[in-house]
Amino acid sequence: MRSFLSALALGMCLSTTSGLAQVATPDVLANDVPADSVTEAQLSGLAAVIAANRADIAKPSRQTIGPVIDQIAAEGEDAAAFLTAWEARELGQRESDGAIFKLDRQGDVYALFNPITGEPSGTAPRSDINEIKPNSGVRGLINSALVEFQLNAADPTIRAAALDSLERNSDASQLAPLRASLEQEEDPALLARKQRIERLLTIRFGETAQARVDAINDMGADLSLDLRAALNPITSTTTRAFKGAPTGNIARTLTPGQDIDQTQAYQLLIDAGLQPARLTAADLRRTLEDNISDGQVGGIPVFQLDDPDKRIAAYRALVAQGQAQAAATDADIADRLSGYSFAEIYADPDADVTTAAAMALKTIDMKVAAMQAADLGLDAISLASIYFLAAIGLAITFGVMGVINMAHGEFITMGAYTGYVVQLYITDYTASIIVALPLAFAITFIAGVAMERLVIRHLYKRPLETLLATFGISIALQQLFKNIFGTQARPLTSPSWLDGQWALNDVVSISYIRIAIFVLALIFLALFLYVMKKTRLGLEVRAVTQNPSMAASMGINPDRINMLTFGLGSGIAGIAGVAIGLFAKVTSELGSDYIVQSFMTVVVGGVGNIWGTLAGASLIGVLQKGIEFFNPSNTLAAQTYMILFIIIFIQFRPRGIIALKGRAAGD
Amino acid sequence: MKQGFISKNPNVLIFISCLALFTLVITVLSEAYGTGLISTSMIKTLGKTLCLCLIALAMDLIWGFTGILSLGHFAFFGLGGYMIGMWLMYARTQDIVLTQSGALPMTPQEIQDAVTNQIFGVVGTSELPMVWHFAGSLPAQLALVVLVPGILALIFGWLAFKSRVTGVYLSILTQAGTLALSLYLFQNDSGLRGNNGLSGLQNIPGLDSVGQAAVSVWFLWGSALALGLGYMLLNWVVSGKFGSVIRGIRDDEARVRFLGYSVESYKLFVFTLTAVIAAIAGALYYPQAGIINPAEIAPIASIYLAVWVAIGGRGKLYGAVLGAAFVSLVSTWFTGGKAPDINLGFYTVKWVDWWSVLLGLSFVLVTLLAPQGIAGLISWLGGLRKKEIQK
Repeated sequence: MRSFLSALALGMCLSTTSGLAQVATPDVLANDVPADSVTEAQLSGLAAVIAANRADIAKPSRQTIGPVIDQIAAEGEDAAAFLTAWEARELGQRESDGAIFKLDRQGDVYALFNPITGEPSGTAPRSDINEIKPNSGVRGLINSALVEFQLNAADPTIRAAALDSLERNSDASQLAPLRASLEQEEDPALLARKQRIERLLTIRFGETAQARVDAINDMGADLSLDLRAALNPITSTTTRAFKGAPTGNIARTLTPGQDIDQTQAYQLLIDAGLQPARLTAADLRRTLEDNISDGQVGGIPVFQLDDPDKRIAAYRALVAQGQAQAAATDADIADRLSGYSFAEIYADPDADVTTAAAMALKTIDMKVAAMQAADLGLDAISLASIYFLAAIGLAITFGVMGVINMAHGEFITMGAYTGYVVQLYITDYTASIIVALPLAFAITFIAGVAMERLVIRHLYKRPLETLLATFGISIALQQLFKNIFGTQARPLTSPSWLDGQWALNDVVSISYIRIAIFVLALIFLALFLYVMKKTRLGLEVRAVTQNPSMAASMGINPDRINMLTFGLGSGIAGIAGVAIGLFAKVTSELGSDYIVQSFMTVVVGGVGNIWGTLAGASLIGVLQKGIEFFNPSNTLAAQTYMILFIIIFIQFRPRGIIALKGRAAGD
Repeated sequence: MKQGFISKNPNVLIFISCLALFTLVITVLSEAYGTGLISTSMIKTLGKTLCLCLIALAMDLIWGFTGILSLGHFAFFGLGGYMIGMWLMYARTQDIVLTQSGALPMTPQEIQDAVTNQIFGVVGTSELPMVWHFAGSLPAQLALVVLVPGILALIFGWLAFKSRVTGVYLSILTQAGTLALSLYLFQNDSGLRGNNGLSGLQNIPGLDSVGQAAVSVWFLWGSALALGLGYMLLNWVVSGKFGSVIRGIRDDEARVRFLGYSVESYKLFVFTLTAVIAAIAGALYYPQAGIINPAEIAPIASIYLAVWVAIGGRGKLYGAVLGAAFVSLVSTWFTGGKAPDINLGFYTVKWVDWWSVLLGLSFVLVTLLAPQGIAGLISWLGGLRKKEIQK
């Protein structure tokens, strides 16, 4: 068997001359003959180097192994496999003859393999093998030697993988091999990556300050995270205390009481061992309690010790008697700080580099801020379209007809629940949404018409009572939803093609579902304009709104028009409900979460004008996102301030952004 | 003058007598001072109902008489509760902290730190918020009960009335303001313990030895007294020339303005006065309820207030009181799970679930069919009797 393999190897070796060293040497190393009996002259290439340095390889030390690794690495591509196995702690040395193998532990024995070719070389008992376990320092050295191979590997995927690993973690030693590999790189994409990583590594590990500054300047204001990751450590600072003037690469000096809290400054002195610890209130109390004798502490009666000054006096007395350690009271701190200076010191000692890095970061931050503003703008537009969608039904019922419908929110909820019920029966999400949209319109249209006929028709002259009656309906409907659908949130799942988001770069992105809602809002705007301006219904609606009795005398039936208009507004609320349900939780309170904002949108925009509603929604959306930007952790506060703003806004433009003039305004 | 007022308004005398009789009967039946037929929790419910009647009176003045549908008066009610709650919680925590002091007497700073720690540990704050500056002093907090809602109402009303926001717009604006306040209070860093609210308010500092049974009766007395005084005050307000003017504003604002009255000042006065009455009602209510949190201020509460007044009857003070008492007690009964379920065979109507539906629908029906509410029914009956006597 073995001879067959050898013959095969020989055949292969004959076929390629360059393969000679690779195939011939394993034969020697494969320990058919004890390695010691072979003189080193008989070995060639990598095998010879390994054989010559067995002892160092088996027990590597970080100080001495460098030249050996270099020697191995100089042997070309085969060295990579050996180094990989070495680094991965897969090698072992046979005690009987000192030969080195790749190991595979199988129970009580090790299967041995040639460390260069990977051919099996029999087995050995555990007692005969010493596993070679290089420490992390040595492995680091091996690793950087390996990167050099991988960077020059023939296979582009290996080169790409090596670059990936360089991006994840890298150290100074990899800079030189990377630079060396630049010249041989043929793939333009990989070359660009290599050049970029070379610049980044130079920023961190460059030999001279000038080289690093150049590298920083070469990168310019790049938005990518890796550049910021390279620059940030350079500009990181530590705050330190100095006796006398500060030394080192100073970022800025700190004056206690202005730039830095006095207690914090004093804490620095304590940490540096320059001053005794502070006397905390808890310590003071404990010490005094420990030293109560005859109802007195340090000559002061206990009952007087609810006065902080007396407590300190008592403590001083204890210190004078030697019963307590001297400590700095709060009053002492200011005195004790004098004679010391405080400064933030850059971690990097070179002033030129830190200045360049700080400048670069500043430019980057400005660009990032601009991008964030763009992102915020997208968020604001999407929020505005949600408000617009929720409010457009109201713009019809409230804006055109002047009917306050507090149950509008419940119509939105009704639409969302319609979507949920449809999805119970139609499992395909795309089809279910297509069915749900018109169905939601139909259901809420009918509900709206019913409400108009039964309740609102009787209250046209009494707007405040319309408000209350519709609120009664809102309360009843909300509870009805709870009784039917329960209090927990119901799922309304969007089709998979609406999942995910459209990302422009690291900073700016927007989810598809929000784009879809934006488009839907635009469609509704167009639809509304078309219906109101171009159709017979719209003409009649406007006529009835402006002068019902005149319209009636022209042959328009105002009752019918009012009913249809109200139904239309309610139906649109239902469709908005389906859209809102796709990204919000569908609960019985879904609509009431939007009702106040919807009314605000209509009122701020200007009643009776769709463009006003659009402007109102934009204003509220932009405002809310803007406030959230300044206080991102707190959406509650954003809503609070937004409502306050609107209340004040209405003081100045009581009729909204776009106010109707003349007779259409009503009064 | 006083004699004249009462003889001109016999309903005040009737109301006060009924209230006094009610209070007396409850006291006689209470655990602390009588037979013990009525449980302490029932007395608290009745005391709270009296407070709700008081805020309903305020609502009737602003809506029923002046025609301003404010959907924000429960915010003032809640603020009053918060103001008194701050003192109750601070003083009581301070009492507890003082019993835990060690060998040394505590410094003022230590007391404050310990109290802060107790009250604000739950929201992760270690410094006493600014708004609690006066929380240790009862007179200061009592003054704030009136001042904070009063000044807030003054500013809000001044802004709104000055720019002639009227009708439904004003309603929506007040509702939005209420929403803003409750959202603000929901934050942990509002300084009022976020959605935890203030709790343990039923324990009155220094009155631990008296016991809840007696304290609840005291609060019942206090609430009855406040309601009686409030009724007299508002009756006096609406019966004079002032009352005529505000009713004029309700019916035709423009005409009153052309007659030379400063409509805005009248409105502002009524708005602020009712806000203060609401705050006093709240300050009496929450020590009986024991807990206050921002959910109490949510806009829906103010709408229920309008519901009570509408069902009771707008424009009649006793109507507002009847409506608030009737609806809130019936509501407590239905939602308390004590009402028997109705088994329809195919479906069991659980009142806990269906009460809100019933309330909402009955509200629609009252608005549509009986805008005068219960008071309208009473005066209709009274009218019938008068006719019979005349015959």
